[in-house]
Amino acid sequence: MTDTLKTSDPASPDDPQRHDDAAGYYVPGEPLTGREHAPDGPLEERWSKRVFEARIVNPANRRKVSVIVVGTGLAGGSAAATLGEAGYQVKSFCYQDSPRRAHSIAAQGGINGAKNYKGDGDSVQRLFYDTIKGGDYRSRESNVYRLAEVSASIIDQCVAQGVPFAREYGGLLDNRSFGGVQVSRTFYARGQTGQQLLIGAYQALERQVGAGTVEMFTRHEMLELVVVDGRARGIIARDMVTGEIETHLADTVVLASGGYGNVFFLSTNAMGCNVTATWRAHRKGAYMANPCYTQIHPTCIPVSGAHQSKLTLMSESLRNDGRIWVPKDAKDADKDPREIPEDDRDYYLERIYPAFGNLVPRDIASRQAKNMCDEGRGVGPEVDGVRRGVYLDFADAIERLGRKAVESKYGNLFDMYARITGEDPYEVPMRIYPAVHYVMGGLWVDYDLQASIPGLFVAGEANFSDHGANRLGASALMQGLADGYFVLPNTIRDYLADSPFDKITEDHPAVVEARQAVQARIDHFMTTKGTRSVDSYHRELGNIMWEYCGMERTEDGLKKAIDLIRTLKDDFWRNVKVLGSADTVNQSLEKAGRVADFLELGELMCIDALNRRESCGGHFRAESQTEDGEALRHDDQYAYVAAWEWAGEGQAPVLHKEDLVYEFTEMKQRSYK
Amino acid sequence: MALTGLIFVGYVLAHMYGNLKAFAGEAAFNGYAEHLRELGEPLLPYSGFLWIARVVLLASLVLHVYAAVTLWRRARAARTTKYVVKKNKHSSVSSHWMRWGGLTLLLFIVWHLLNFTVGKVNPQGGPTNNPYQLMVDSFEVWWLTLIYLVAMVALGLHLHHGVWSAGQTLGLTNSVRQRVLWKRAGLVLAVVVAGGFSLVPISVLLGVIS
Amino acid sequence: MKFTLKIWRQDGPQDPGGIRTYELDEVSEDMSFLEMLDVLNEQLIAGDEEPIVFDHDCREGICGSCDLMINGEAHGPEVTTTCQLHMRSFHDGETITVEPWRATAFPVIKDLMVDRSAFDRIIASGGFVSVNTGAAPDAHATPVPKENADRAFDVATCIGCGACVAACPNGSASLFLGAKITHLGELPQGQAERDSRVAGMVAQHDHEGFGGCTNIGECTSACPKGIPLDVISQLNKDLRTAIKHGH
Repeated sequence: MTDTLKTSDPASPDDPQRHDDAAGYYVPGEPLTGREHAPDGPLEERWSKRVFEARIVNPANRRKVSVIVVGTGLAGGSAAATLGEAGYQVKSFCYQDSPRRAHSIAAQGGINGAKNYKGDGDSVQRLFYDTIKGGDYRSRESNVYRLAEVSASIIDQCVAQGVPFAREYGGLLDNRSFGGVQVSRTFYARGQTGQQLLIGAYQALERQVGAGTVEMFTRHEMLELVVVDGRARGIIARDMVTGEIETHLADTVVLASGGYGNVFFLSTNAMGCNVTATWRAHRKGAYMANPCYTQIHPTCIPVSGAHQSKLTLMSESLRNDGRIWVPKDAKDADKDPREIPEDDRDYYLERIYPAFGNLVPRDIASRQAKNMCDEGRGVGPEVDGVRRGVYLDFADAIERLGRKAVESKYGNLFDMYARITGEDPYEVPMRIYPAVHYVMGGLWVDYDLQASIPGLFVAGEANFSDHGANRLGASALMQGLADGYFVLPNTIRDYLADSPFDKITEDHPAVVEARQAVQARIDHFMTTKGTRSVDSYHRELGNIMWEYCGMERTEDGLKKAIDLIRTLKDDFWRNVKVLGSADTVNQSLEKAGRVADFLELGELMCIDALNRRESCGGHFRAESQTEDGEALRHDDQYAYVAAWEWAGEGQAPVLHKEDLVYEFTEMKQRSYK
Repeated sequence: MALTGLIFVGYVLAHMYGNLKAFAGEAAFNGYAEHLRELGEPLLPYSGFLWIARVVLLASLVLHVYAAVTLWRRARAARTTKYVVKKNKHSSVSSHWMRWGGLTLLLFIVWHLLNFTVGKVNPQGGPTNNPYQLMVDSFEVWWLTLIYLVAMVALGLHLHHGVWSAGQTLGLTNSVRQRVLWKRAGLVLAVVVAGGFSLVPISVLLGVIS
Repeated sequence: MKFTLKIWRQDGPQDPGGIRTYELDEVSEDMSFLEMLDVLNEQLIAGDEEPIVFDHDCREGICGSCDLMINGEAHGPEVTTTCQLHMRSFHDGETITVEPWRATAFPVIKDLMVDRSAFDRIIASGGFVSVNTGAAPDAHATPVPKENADRAFDVATCIGCGACVAACPNGSASLFLGAKITHLGELPQGQAERDSRVAGMVAQHDHEGFGGCTNIGECTSACPKGIPLDVISQLNKDLRTAIKHGH
């Protein structure tokens, strides 16, 4: 294979040819190849080659092989079910009271599958290409091709499980086009596709629970990874009902614990979504890749006050007919929008991007909304002195199409908006604002989804995944299920073929140490008796992240953020207030552990963003834009995966670069003007 | 519960038909009572049909009560701690009165059988071997009529929910149309049966029948 | 807005528990009910009182975690989940009583948090289609009439919150059961196990200690997803068929 792209030496601060904003914040490490277990040869043969080459565990031995799966969303639920079906002894963990409540359930839009049922020219090749391009050329070709390849099997599997996808009158499955792609390849179940897919996986999982192959541990939170002789061999988990610290040992550990968008405090994630499982693994040696890649969704319901606990997403389809504007004059910000004359309105997307108008990509729409609010032209309630909202106006659409037509297209979204805000969007323009929605970063994995710790596998949003720097609409569900149903069960067996591994017991020094570390942390929180609630720290961290590591990042801002986070972290450890006891349900204690990890992650995200002085996908560096304010990539310098190694408490992290090699696609810059 | 309930529905309709014969006069009423005894002859012995009906009804009653008691006990066990505040949103009054209403009906049936079938008590001391006279004598006593009318209210409520509930339990209400149909059937039967039964005692009390 | 909150506090399963009264001022009508509780909890923490424990997660009405009995109504006065209920649905100065779901099969864990794992065990006893990963035929192999697919979807929207049980005077989970039976029963993929599914799930339902259904209908009016009562009829029909077939 030829290495067509040259990457400069790992971050040498004295290289005048490149900026290294992050110099001093990290230590350069050995490069990664990213080729572990990845077959070569023609792209379309690689996955079947790997499936064939991956060794098989003798069916008779499988029930002696144990697997721990953390998380029961689309990736974890489907993986646990499939591994259970294969006959392994599976232990499945989730922090919720039921595996059915994992946050995959909230995904609305749909799931892509390269079925070409519409005969509109779709193919595995095209889905592959769209995903690579959508990821702004920051993902691996082999992985993305595999994702596109198994996408069709996912649809088959889900239909067979009884997922009630939308159908046409002829009884066949309906598809729609999603996220601006030119083919209709998105399967959907009204606006609740995630829910239906998750229930499918959940039922498959419960079937295995009933069959005795999977043992389910609900209301359990993984607090530490057990690594013995360099291999992942178990987890330390807290029973969130009794407070008991439990040790669970196994031959391998799968993390499918979702994304870390809640580092921003306000996001469209569920309240409980957290980074703890992956962060604990990171601290034990698993690399964290591209943590700064964050997807921000432009059409969310704005913050209504300081009490706000989460943000609600509304389908992007609203931008098809709604017009986005803010008042030209900041003085009009608190006026009734209906009384602001046409001449005093600034339809800024239509003004700046006349060709695409309100349909510019998510990141541009988001960034411009922030710019307008920063200029003081935002609308809606003032929160901490700033109005964070822009109008999304359907008055023209209602006049053009009639209220009925608008109602039939967007009725459910309008109802949702009305319920949350108490305003009638048919009468008053909606207010929207961007919110963190998904993270493309996560634990680094090889082609087998194996992390840098042998025996640790990572699936779904928790891994740094196949989306590159940005994710296409309707691809999160696809990736979660691809990993869980098809990829992981096939790759993990190659690792498990080496079993039986050395027998370990709970009194192994590494296990004891892990358990003691967990206990020490809990004891610390319970005895600190500080003055500030956990939530107040989380909110403050979120504000820092949103301000400096959100839609637009700058060198100065990121450096400032790192300082602020470090100060906040010190204060947190000295002054956090957790009441009650540790041997019963204690939601403050649960949150304290999560916030402690978010604080460390936040710092690494800023360092990663600082290092990547280019704009790509969901990452926008103000220093790297075209004259028109468009994102500007620097393929010559940054066509790599940044995999960060934990170097110890208070130590600068180590950066391992994995060069991204494009053999089959040509890298292009996008333009929306 | 549903099956035995529907048997009772059939029974009360027939019973009501017989009662309404009162408007046709003493001869018709007593003739009908006698006819019931002769029904099925010579295939069945005298009173044979009546006895078969009695056995079926008694068995249904036992089963119906047994099922009700079981459900009641299960419900009590399913929620041992009561709510401090609990509202009912859209359910009908009749659905909440099934148990107490059912108990009322059970007591009434005992009384009713003592009054007209087993004990044949004529509160005015008149003849007890003339069904028509027994009925008129009974309902001329205002408080007996009142007991009877209260029981008919309970029966109406019981039917209003019971009929629809039977349809539901038998799996016959699988669509909105069927659901509405069975709910309406419950309402109509409740009004017709409770109303039909009440006509006779009210008429007796008002002197229309004497 | 200002509220008097009467909230059930219970230290653990063994504690008898009781109502405690709190005053909360400066509540915004734009707060969701759970955000109002967040604010109350912050107030409690500031005053060194342990915060109130309650289940919640997605806060967008889909995960089914939240489960509060508000003024005697499951999920409160609107037809929605507790997390999507906003304070503008209450009057300023109102007294609001908040209790956990009450059912023997949903034992209280702490304060307002209950254990609903009985629902998982019901699903594990038949609420699925047995198809191993990779064993599926092409998705277009069996067309499904749109009306069946639509009905399957309508009832598959059940979020498993347990409001049906909480509202039911009998403490029955028949609506939950019926929703799953109908969802899978409407689809060709669900036919092979139709009899064993209903038999297994009903047996588990009864075993868990849920009450029997008397078709009162409180469940459907409390259901945040509007699952209709027809599904219980479908459940009974399927059960009858299964019994006829010897299950």
